[in-house]
This record gives sequence, C-alpha cells and structure tokens, in this order.
Amino acid sequence: MSLGLLLVQGLNGLQFGVLLFLVAAGLTLVFGVMDFINLAHGVQYMLGAYLGASLAAWTGSFWLGLVLALPAALLCGLVLEWLVFRHLYERDHLSQVLATFGVILFLNQAVRAIWGSAPLQMPVPALLEGGVQLMPGLQYPVYRIAILVAGLAVAGLLWLLVERTRVGALVRAGATHAPMVAALGVDIRGLFMLVFGFGAMLAGFAGVMAAPVLSVDPGMGDTVLILAFVVITIGGIGSVRGAFIAALLVGVIETLGRSLLPDLLRLVMAASPARQAGAALGSMLVYIAMALILAVRPRGLFPVRG
Amino acid sequence: MTGIAKGIGRRGVLGAAGVALAMPAVRARAQAAGVKIGLVAVQTGPQAALGTQLRDGFLQGLKHLDGKLGGLPAEVLVIDDELRPEVAVTKVRAAIERDKVDFVVGVVFSNILAAIVRPVTESGTFLISTNAGPSTLAGRGCNPNFFTTSYNNDQVHSVMGQAAQDSGYKRVFVLTPNYQAGRDAAAGFKSRFKGEVVDEVYVPLTQLDFSAELAKIAAAKPDAVFTFMPGGLGVNLVRQYRQAGLANIPFLSTFTVDEATLPAQGEAALGFYSAASWAPNMDNPANAKFVKDFEAAYNYVPATYAAQAYDGAMLLDSAVRKVGGRLGDKDALRAAIRAAQFRSVRGPFEFGANHYPVQDFWLCQVAKRADGKFQTETVRKVLSHDTDPYAAECRMR
Repeated sequence: MSLGLLLVQGLNGLQFGVLLFLVAAGLTLVFGVMDFINLAHGVQYMLGAYLGASLAAWTGSFWLGLVLALPAALLCGLVLEWLVFRHLYERDHLSQVLATFGVILFLNQAVRAIWGSAPLQMPVPALLEGGVQLMPGLQYPVYRIAILVAGLAVAGLLWLLVERTRVGALVRAGATHAPMVAALGVDIRGLFMLVFGFGAMLAGFAGVMAAPVLSVDPGMGDTVLILAFVVITIGGIGSVRGAFIAALLVGVIETLGRSLLPDLLRLVMAASPARQAGAALGSMLVYIAMALILAVRPRGLFPVRG
Repeated sequence: MTGIAKGIGRRGVLGAAGVALAMPAVRARAQAAGVKIGLVAVQTGPQAALGTQLRDGFLQGLKHLDGKLGGLPAEVLVIDDELRPEVAVTKVRAAIERDKVDFVVGVVFSNILAAIVRPVTESGTFLISTNAGPSTLAGRGCNPNFFTTSYNNDQVHSVMGQAAQDSGYKRVFVLTPNYQAGRDAAAGFKSRFKGEVVDEVYVPLTQLDFSAELAKIAAAKPDAVFTFMPGGLGVNLVRQYRQAGLANIPFLSTFTVDEATLPAQGEAALGFYSAASWAPNMDNPANAKFVKDFEAAYNYVPATYAAQAYDGAMLLDSAVRKVGGRLGDKDALRAAIRAAQFRSVRGPFEFGANHYPVQDFWLCQVAKRADGKFQTETVRKVLSHDTDPYAAECRMR
C-alpha cells in the first residue's frame, strides 16, 4: 500500500461522502424539522438522475440538463408533498413509513413504465472530461473532483442559509420548538413545504451529479437511502452540520475499509480467507461504526433536540 | 402425510387465485388441442430488462413459427417471477395445476430455477431453461425432465480463463461480487487460467462506486482484469473503469457487457471483452433472420437471453413435430427434445448426457455498428464442442 494509493482512496472516500451528504442533508432537515420519516427521499434522488439524464439527452447539453433538472426535481417534491406527505404530518411514524414506502414502489414502477427498465446513460460534460494523474497508471477523473467541489460548495451554502438567514433561523427553531414557532405567527405549513421542496431538490441535485458516474436505473435510490439514514443517525437527526461530518466519515470508512481490510487481514490470515473475511467485514464496517458511535452518543454526534 | 398433501392443495388454490388476479398473462390463442407454455421471465425489479429480452426472444421464435409449435397452435402464459423464489413457485404451480401448461420455459436467474425445478419436473412437466444453467442440475442433480438451451455457468467463466491463457497474459486481477455466483466465477476463470492472479477482490452486491477497487487495479498494474458484474453493477464498473483511464488494461468479463447493458454503457464499453456461445453478428442464416426480425419488432439489439429463448421455441417446435403432436407420450417427447433437431442461431447444437448443450464458445468484443448501436461481436473461437465439467457426474434415471 503506497502513500499515493492511500491518498487516492482517501479522496475517493471524501467524494463518496460528499455525494451522501447531498442526499442526507434533505433527509435530516425533513426528519428533524418536520418529524417526518420520508423513505421516499431515495426515490427523489432517482428522479433527479432520470430527469437530468433525459433533459441532458433532450437538450444535448449536460449543463442545460442540470439547470432544468433542479426546478423539475423541486416541482416533483412539491407535488409529492401536496398529494401525499402533507396528509401524514399529524400521523404517527408507522403510517409515514408505510405511505412513503408505497411512494417508493409506485415511483420505481412509474419510472420503469416511462423510461423502461434498462439503465440510462448520461455523458460527462466535455469541460469536465479527462483525468488528473494522481498516481502512476490511474487517471483521477476531473468529474469526480467536480462532484467533490460542488458538494463542498453546497455544504457551505447550506451552512450560510441555515445559520445566517432568517429562514434558516425559523427552520432551526421549527426543529426544536415547532408549536412555539407556529404560535408566534409563522406559517409552519409553508415553512415545511419550503424545507421539503428544498430537500427534494438537493436529492435531485445529487442524482444528477451521480448520473454520469453511476448507472441510472429504477431502484438506484434504495441503496443510497439506507446509507443516508445511517448518516443522519450518526450525525444527529436534524443537524446539517452533523450530516456533513457523518457523511464524510461514512464515505471514508466505507472506502478505506473496503480497500484496506483485506490487505490488513492478510497479515494475520491466509490469503483466501482474508479476502472473503475482509470483503464481508468491509461492508459491515459502516454499521459497526454506527453502533459504536450510538453506544457512546445515543443521539448522534450533533444532537439537535435537548 | 395427508396434512402435507392438504397444505400443498391449499397453496395451489391460493396460488391460482393470486395468479388470476396478478399475472400479466399474454394469451396468444386459447384452443383445446394446442400447446400451452408457461414462460417464466422476471418482469419487475431492477433485472426486468433481462426478463424482457428472454420473453421477446421466445415470442419472436413463435412469430417465425406462425404462432404454432410443431403444427399445434401455441398459447403462452408469461409468468413474472418477480425475482422471488416463493412467488415463482406459487405462480408456476398454478400454471401447471390450473392452466395445465405442457412446458415451463424461461428463467433468467439460477435461484428461481432452483426453486421451481422440483415442483415442475415432479409433476411430469418438462422444464426448459433458456438462461439459468447451474452446476447443481448439471452433475449428480441432473434431471430427465430438465433441459437447458443456454450453458453451464462455469463454462462461460472458464472460457474467459482459457482466452486469457491463449492471449499470453501472465498477471490477472480478479474482481467479482461477494456471493456464490461471484466466487464461482473466480473459480471458473482460474480453472483454465494458469498465470498469476495478482489479487482477488470481492465487493458487495449493492456496490455503486468502484473507485477504491479501480485505484487498487492501477496500483497492481496487471496484464488484464477479469470480472463478473451482472446488470447495474457492470454499468457502473465499465463507465468508471473507462473514466479512470484504465481502458488500456484489457477488460475480460462475463455477463458484464452484453446487449442488455450496452445501451447504458455505450462508448465506455467499446473494445471490452466478454465470453459467450452466441453473438448477434454470428454468420448463419438462422441468426441473420432472427436478429433482423427481432430488431424490427422490438427496436433493440437482442442479447443471449433473447437468442437462447428463441432457440428454446425452435427446440420445442422440433420436438412436438417429431412426436406428431402427441404430448401425452412423455418418453417419446423426452427423446424428441433430446434429439434437438432444429437450426440454432449458434450454428451446431446438441445436448450432452446431462441435457446441457455441447457447443462452441467464443471470445467476443464490444463494437459499434454502422447505425450507432452497440453489440458484442465474435473475435475468435476459444473452445470447440465443449462439454461442461459436471456432465460426467450425471446419471440420468
């Protein structure tokens, strides 16, 4: 294991973490502010990828596809909120889980009916094509660096928005003292809708960014959703800062664990069982880390509610 | 015992009700003196594209036969197994007990096949797999009422091992998913590759991002990479492999680049290798007709799933014709299927003692056609008239 490889793997982990953050940020806001479990958040990520891929194919430009997909994802989120989710805010978590799970099934099938079940492709924009030589033989794709930069930029903007603006203050207040905020005359429904649409747009943005790297297929949101829930649980539900730290943590643990563990185990075991055990342990590592963190801090790293 | 019998009966009835409600049945023709086919093909979930290929291939075969098998009008019930073994068993039981199908055909995935093989064959119905070809049914577990028009899975991986050996590669990096079929793929490859395996990496089946593995490959600098990444896994891997600038390292794969995934992989897969017993460019009259008419009817390039299902329809046609439409005489029908007197899109076709094909295998490469679509094309024949490694263990009763 050379230093160059370690560096590249670390970068891979950060880049994966940033992508997770984009999905998890919306999820943690919706869960934290509205106390609403939205399993359909992963589907919104998928919708973003599909909208981006088809709009890019239609306009012939990645950038137009990206710019048009964002309002489209926002619109999808608002329509879902209006049609389904707003009727569930007063219900208990079980009803929310059931209903949003139904939305997953419905939208996965709808996507298949509209776009077919074969995966779509979205080309990398010409500006971000090619790679940078970080270690001999490996081109680190410029596009992946762009994902990292875009994710960090969004994280910075979100921090400004939540910590430094009036709307952000309302969102933070809504997360901890919703009835009080409502009593002060703030339209909590409108606030919820705003948060919801914004979360859907972030997930859609993550979907568009991921589309040129990952395969765009029905069900692509389901795997991301599980990790996104891990992220918001580790980070503390409702905390954007927690989601950011936790997403990077999960990304790095996932990537480094997967690549280093089989090699580490080979020091103490025979090669063949080390590979199998390393692969198995590598995929468990994130969950082991979550269990450890929750054992020490049951409310996550940055709990919002007292 | 009566309890068990009752239980099965009740499940059968429930299954029939379920199927009547949920099964998207394509009824071509309903006549008493016809042939009824239960076509098992996954139609929902992430792998539905493969089931669609299989279904369309079989239906294209029927179209070429004017909707008849051996002169008898054919009726096809499409059964969506949903990639869930328990669902497949329930629906297939209903097709046998209620709809009285004469043959069960299809099946993309081995785990579905494993679930339905006993219920189907023990009822005296013939089961023709057109894709799944597990080792368990090729050796000691071979079954007189079971045939496959595809291959034994291990054969395909070993073809790539032989191809790597023939190409003179000394150091190969192996990358597969961490489940039984993934480990079988690595073992199959190594059964014929005698060089050094520099590293074997197993990834979870849910893997999205291969950047960590790609960095490892770049660091290991192998002569070639062998991988088995079906479906969406392969789409991700191929595109990221290309983006990482690793495409100068030969990409040897099985079930990773095929016509079902190429629309999503596109240029990224160009020049990548796969192993198969069929490719769309195979030069024989039966294949030319199949590919041309299939593309005209369904507007996409057929993959092996479609070609083998097409062969399945042709096989049944030859068998029903040979027994003169007397489907009740099971022994004669079995011998007629075993004879396999039809023109395969692969050229020569015959069954071995274990009812798996004995056939040629090819090294194939992804190419772009004049019309801009992508397909795999044969590069060279790797194995001639190859019998799968388990056939010797089969004692057909």
